[in-house]
Amino acid sequence: MFGRLTWAAIPFDVPVVMIAAGSVGFIIFCVLALVTVKGWWPYLWREWITSVDHKRLGVMYIGLALLMLVRGFSDAMLMRSQLAMAAGHAQGYLPPEHYDQIFSAHGTIMIFFVAMPFVIGLMNFVLPLQLGVRDVAFPVLNSIGFWLTAAGVLLVNVSLVVGEFARTGWLAYPPLSEVAYSPGVGVDYYLWSLQISGLGTLLSGINLTTTILKLRAPGVGYRQMPIFCWTALASNLLIVAAFPILTATFAMLLLDRYCGFHFFTNELGGNPMMYINLIWSWGHPEVYILILPAFGVFSEVVATFSGKPLFGRRSMVMATMVICVLSFLVWLHHFFTMGAGADVNAFFGVMTMLIAVPTGVKVFNWLFTLYGGRIRFTTPVYWALGFMVTFVIGGMTGVLMAIPPADFVLHNSLFLIAHFHNVIIGGVVFGVMAGITYWFPKAFGFTLNERLGKAVFWCWFFGFYLAFMPLYVLGLMGATRRMQHYSNVHWQPLMLVALAGALLILLGIALTGVQLAVSIRQRERNRDLTGDPWNGRTLEWSTPSPPPAWNFSQLPQVDRADAFWAMKQQRGTAQDPNLKRTYQTIHVPRNNPTGFFLAFCAVVLGFSLIWHIWWSAGLGLLGAIAVCLRQAWRTDGEIEIPAEKIAAFERLHGLKESTV
Amino acid sequence: MHAANPDRMSAKETRTRGASAMWLRAISITSAAMLMASCNEGVLDPHGPVGKAERVILFDSTAIMLAVVIPVIVLTLVFAWWFRAKNKQARYRPDWEYSGRIEMIIWSIPALIVLFLGGIAWTGSHDLDPPVPLQSSTAPLDIEVISLDWRWLFIYPHEGIASLNRLVVPAGVPLRFRLTSTTVMNSFFVPQLGSQIYAMPNMVTRLNLQADEPGTFEGLSAMFSGDGFSDMRFDVVSTDKEAFKDWVNTTKTQGGVLDANTFEELSKPAKADGAHTYAQVSEGLFDRISLRSSAAASPQRGQ
Repeated sequence: MFGRLTWAAIPFDVPVVMIAAGSVGFIIFCVLALVTVKGWWPYLWREWITSVDHKRLGVMYIGLALLMLVRGFSDAMLMRSQLAMAAGHAQGYLPPEHYDQIFSAHGTIMIFFVAMPFVIGLMNFVLPLQLGVRDVAFPVLNSIGFWLTAAGVLLVNVSLVVGEFARTGWLAYPPLSEVAYSPGVGVDYYLWSLQISGLGTLLSGINLTTTILKLRAPGVGYRQMPIFCWTALASNLLIVAAFPILTATFAMLLLDRYCGFHFFTNELGGNPMMYINLIWSWGHPEVYILILPAFGVFSEVVATFSGKPLFGRRSMVMATMVICVLSFLVWLHHFFTMGAGADVNAFFGVMTMLIAVPTGVKVFNWLFTLYGGRIRFTTPVYWALGFMVTFVIGGMTGVLMAIPPADFVLHNSLFLIAHFHNVIIGGVVFGVMAGITYWFPKAFGFTLNERLGKAVFWCWFFGFYLAFMPLYVLGLMGATRRMQHYSNVHWQPLMLVALAGALLILLGIALTGVQLAVSIRQRERNRDLTGDPWNGRTLEWSTPSPPPAWNFSQLPQVDRADAFWAMKQQRGTAQDPNLKRTYQTIHVPRNNPTGFFLAFCAVVLGFSLIWHIWWSAGLGLLGAIAVCLRQAWRTDGEIEIPAEKIAAFERLHGLKESTV
Repeated sequence: MHAANPDRMSAKETRTRGASAMWLRAISITSAAMLMASCNEGVLDPHGPVGKAERVILFDSTAIMLAVVIPVIVLTLVFAWWFRAKNKQARYRPDWEYSGRIEMIIWSIPALIVLFLGGIAWTGSHDLDPPVPLQSSTAPLDIEVISLDWRWLFIYPHEGIASLNRLVVPAGVPLRFRLTSTTVMNSFFVPQLGSQIYAMPNMVTRLNLQADEPGTFEGLSAMFSGDGFSDMRFDVVSTDKEAFKDWVNTTKTQGGVLDANTFEELSKPAKADGAHTYAQVSEGLFDRISLRSSAAASPQRGQ
């Protein structure tokens, strides 16, 4: 009846898990109870769950990512404290079968459910506003993408309590991830949650690519498009090109595990190296899917707060697109040590280094954007400067490892761990934090507390250096990744320093919560009444904060990059587009629960497949098909907003502006 | 608002300068200590030609890159500080966004660096390619390496002996390794000798290393292979040639035979196993394992 699922799947004998699950369960229960008692369900259903507004979805993506950051970071704390203890003969407090799940979950969650929703959330929120349009190309698809990601998140977290997670590392290399060596449900949780959320990511990528290519305000050509849109375009093209590879690769591994196929097994002609090639053909572009939008954020932030246009815009666009293409030609550098031969290794080493050229150009461009500026030291600028200083170090160690003979001694070591945390924290996380701080007033109508924002920055900045510089050194001393204990007691002091760094980052994450709470309390003091709190340059700042559901009452007319900056220069002159405003009826997409229901079916389907409960898997699949069919026959896709309502909104906004 | 109160400003500035000096000192002491620590072991303390050549590459390429990275970091901080909004002396150029000359320089600098490093990568990849034999007047010693769950088996095919979880080698003699795995992937790595290489099922990889002088070095698996991974460590004992001969002769007299049956036992997963030697090894064992008949089922790992 319930396949492999029995009471034994729940680890009642592991107190750490039970306490964690119990407290999380309690918090969820309290939140649900509060929502019910306060009668917030109709509001949540109407305004958030069924919303297809790209701004709401963007906010939900980022909320989801913040939540998962806490989960992924607790895994990091467990690992750091384990390694701080387990020196010499000590074994620490986490046995290998538990520790192996923790590092696998940490990597999986941080990449797929923290970094990805962060950047997709930012792109979702910002793109239509920067392009000067009213929504994305496919609003319902957008909502489906988000909810499928949420479904994946749910499955990953269920694995904490019901069954186990993969013990294979975050990329589940076969043959270790094959049934012969991982017979449990862990790898199945990994595969199904990523298949479901991967589908969501692909849909989102298709949607955003189409939006950028096809939906832009009048006059916004590729030469006028803000730089963040360019980086988002590159990132989404990579999603569209790379995620199908991931899905296909996982599908083959699933066939191996479920139907006895032999794509990657040790027997009957299977070849695990095929998986490793395929997974990195996705995996390396994935890194650029994450970092390119972060580059875009920094470009916007540095230009805005320097009060000048981005230096070398054309170079920047060219560099972005060169990175986009090159990112597909370097995957083999993840396994130089598998003996591919000198020519192959050298080719991929040189290709990898080539990426350093456009990346270096970008850094110089930011540098010369600062030059001649009038720099306001707001929190986003702190993140941007912290990024420039930190990222070049990560880039340097990356290029170092692109030299095959250097990689032969650094591969799989803590040096590698330090390197990619250096670029992911110093690049993606700093970029996302800058982006959140920068666009927060646009989303909610008030700015975040600057003092606390800077405190958060310093915690992450010093925390990062404390936590990862020792790892570089440990890697050179011969310490490998994924070890649960080590015999060399010389490593312990450095492990303790790394733990201290992690604690500092923990403080930073906690302060983010405090910052949010304090900023919400002080919201009246920090209201953004103009819609343009930073003296911005791009179109999103020309709308009120928060923007109405229709974004722009009148579509902007654009003739250059930094369109809003130009409009501000013309304000009051004869060319001022604000002088002759007329409003027309606007159609906006109607709320749609398809995404939510589809995600529900996907969770049922995924969970049933993991536990081999075939009847409910069938139900989940049928349900999903039914929901899709229902959507296919919907005809009431839009609602009409009359011109009078828009005019009234604009009057109200104009009034507010004049009282400032 | 600071300008209105110059005294207070300077007091604050002295304080921050003192604080930053303290920070600077703390950071430099810590990093110096970390560097010192890393120079006494691991890949920065090589004891063989491969590791030494790789250390040269590490140092050279880091130095080349630091020549750009350090100025970039300094310029970032200097530009940001000088062009702060409060600095009235800094010239604000609100429309400056292009300079052909600067563009050319900023594309050339990274391109030049990559040209250098690309050269290093290309020649390095060929000179230090793991299967390439080391230049030496001494005949190399063949060693066959099999990674098991979670142990290392070293077979000396010409001596007809084998050693479990302990690799004994003569100093100054090139070591010619062939590697495979019985189950999942592992990576054979002795940081103080240089290059690592994967040991993979149904495949044979090759590696050439050498220990220049006697000593004991730590060896390990660098590729995660399951629950017993952390204990896949082994000592590499480098002895002089005479002592190595003695060791071979002693080993030939004790420890039993490694044949299909004993190997079957070894294939069962075991964590943190001790060292052991075998006086005799059935011929062709390594080849049989590395080219295992496709029908043979691999041993199941119990949960």
